[in-house]
Amino acid sequence: MTTIKQNTLALNGDEAVALAVKQSDVDVVAAYPITPQTIIVEKFSEYIADGEVETEFVCTESEHSALSACLTASATGARTFTASASAGLALMHEILYVTSGCRAPIVMAIANRALSAPINIHCDHSDSMAERDSGWIQIYVENSQEAYDSIIQAFRIAEHPDVLLPVMVCLDAFFLSHTLENVKTLPNEAVQEFIGDRQIPLVLGHEGEKVPFKLDPKNPITIGPLALYDYYFEHKRQQEEAMREALRIIRQVHNEFAETSGRKYGNGLIETYHLEDAEIATVCVGSTAGTIKTVVDQLREQGVKAGILRLRTLRPLPFSDIKKALEGVKALAVMDRSNSFGGHGGPVFHEIRHVLYGTHSTPFVVNYIFGLGGRDMPQNAILGIYRDLQAILKTERVVEDVRFAGVRE
Amino acid sequence: MTAPWKFTAREIVEKPDLFTSGHRACAGCGPAIALRQIMKATRGPTIVTNATGCMEVVSTIYPYTAWKVPWIHTAFENVAANASGIEAALKVLKRKGKLEHKNVDVIAFAGDGGTFDIGLQALSGAAERGHDFLYVLYDNEAYMNTGIQRSGGTPHGASTTTSPGGKVIPGKPQFKKPIANIMVAHEIPYVATASISFWQDLIIKTRRGLEVKGPAFLHVFAPCPRGWRYHTSKTIEISRLAVETCVFPLWEAKYGEYSLSPQSKVVALKPERKKPVKEYLEVQRRFGHLFKPGFRNVIDEIQNITDKRWNQLLKKCNIT
Repeated sequence: MTTIKQNTLALNGDEAVALAVKQSDVDVVAAYPITPQTIIVEKFSEYIADGEVETEFVCTESEHSALSACLTASATGARTFTASASAGLALMHEILYVTSGCRAPIVMAIANRALSAPINIHCDHSDSMAERDSGWIQIYVENSQEAYDSIIQAFRIAEHPDVLLPVMVCLDAFFLSHTLENVKTLPNEAVQEFIGDRQIPLVLGHEGEKVPFKLDPKNPITIGPLALYDYYFEHKRQQEEAMREALRIIRQVHNEFAETSGRKYGNGLIETYHLEDAEIATVCVGSTAGTIKTVVDQLREQGVKAGILRLRTLRPLPFSDIKKALEGVKALAVMDRSNSFGGHGGPVFHEIRHVLYGTHSTPFVVNYIFGLGGRDMPQNAILGIYRDLQAILKTERVVEDVRFAGVRE
Repeated sequence: MTAPWKFTAREIVEKPDLFTSGHRACAGCGPAIALRQIMKATRGPTIVTNATGCMEVVSTIYPYTAWKVPWIHTAFENVAANASGIEAALKVLKRKGKLEHKNVDVIAFAGDGGTFDIGLQALSGAAERGHDFLYVLYDNEAYMNTGIQRSGGTPHGASTTTSPGGKVIPGKPQFKKPIANIMVAHEIPYVATASISFWQDLIIKTRRGLEVKGPAFLHVFAPCPRGWRYHTSKTIEISRLAVETCVFPLWEAKYGEYSLSPQSKVVALKPERKKPVKEYLEVQRRFGHLFKPGFRNVIDEIQNITDKRWNQLLKKCNIT
């Protein structure tokens, strides 16, 4: 366990992210303001203005340009960060795919916010869920402490030569981004020692020689070429391979960080709480997991075998970890803070039921779509969901498998 | 500024190509000629970023590349943002002592679609932020890569696949966007127009664009035989005609101060040498429909807008 002295600061989620970026010795930040991510770039601008960082900050004219600038900065060899949310992330959509396709290890914080229309600045996961096939690693955090810790881990994961993929660290709008919390922070040197300099892997150059994978006048290479039916598919297959490697590297980096900081989030991929002997359980991403854990405590006090699985890493999907963790659960509620319209349930539901298909004792599975546009999910509503699961167990019957929690109907 | 760049034709010929042969551009391709000439004017380590378009497609069909400099393409509308990112990275890496080179130049290439239309926002943003890079617009006056669709750079009356010369509409109804003037209005240090028919002027301007601190914008006239419907041997001739008719005059604006380049100054000083636009139009089949009865007034309109813009330019250059 750690012996490093840590400094406890009162930070909101955005400030925690900005501090982690500052400590990570980032070379280039290119960003565009959007609520509720703005505090990150505002805070970072203060660091620049006060000469606390050497970072080059590019205040672009759109999110599309922000990610485009990050992408080429990263290709030039710089450690690169950006942040966005909602419409901003949607505007980046095109470049998200180009970033992962170019294997640029950019780290981006997403303050999860609803998508228009109606326009809404509050929390749900529509923005990042819409990008889960974009080839980015996606880590969803429960609190600001985890936001801070995950940003630091994200650089190590993204830049690992076996991975070389961009990483999104997703934190819930306002619930985390704007809410003060005690955050334990590492000294600068400890963060820098943990992350180290960016390592540029060697690739085959134009003449078959090994050259650094970056825009280097000494060893010119072409990045982002045209690849048609004869080569495109192989590029995409390699990205899948990198995602598989990422499962290993995320765990490894998470464990190393635990040794430095003393903090763990499950195994880095999933976190379970009272799940070992649970009969009824929920699966959740993001800050709602905190409320659910409180409800699980209450239920446990009543002798109810309730538990929760928090999915920390959605991409790559820790398929076998989830499968193993849910063994023995008899009734399961999957919580979705976004919807896949017409898709019979939300995206997390699709993922989890997909994992459970073909297992020996498939539990009853229901989906709750909740909290869209920042609607609160209070303890009693969560308690209601566990009561529903108890009723399902009792009747051994699911009447409706996709449900909406906390909405006027 | 550094001392003026002096070169001989021999030196230019002998300088190894950085944009090499073997690419798959069409015979007579104006943009390919432009790129080769421009890369002859580089002064040291250079990174190139290319918008989606003909030149990106023909030069980097995996696993081949025509580029002997580090080169990156990411998308269509963002090449100026890409250049911003490269420049920002070079700056900070240099500051941190992680860059081997004393200076690395950054060049962004984009066609007219990627500049007049979809890439204008990123270009305007990068210009306003003042990144040190050279933006080269190779203008073949339509979306040639996708099959000759009209762009904001397509001239009045030109027939394209989305502004066909029809029975009632004589080609593109609108006029060409004055993109270089828009860039001058950004108050950037250097803006110039150039033509592949005057290669010395083109490479001198390229070098100036690289030497200046801050954003430089070079608008290069680069005809497309497929899109403009002329014989592949006529590319340079047509480029020259565009200058001689003042359809595409050559000028530069250093810190907003306009001056005519020699090839257009000749025309300004001896107006009798200014050729009628008809001579330029009649050699291209994209304007062929204008020579049929009924649409001849469009030729007058083109002459009028050409004269109007030429006179405005003369005023800006203090030539009256």
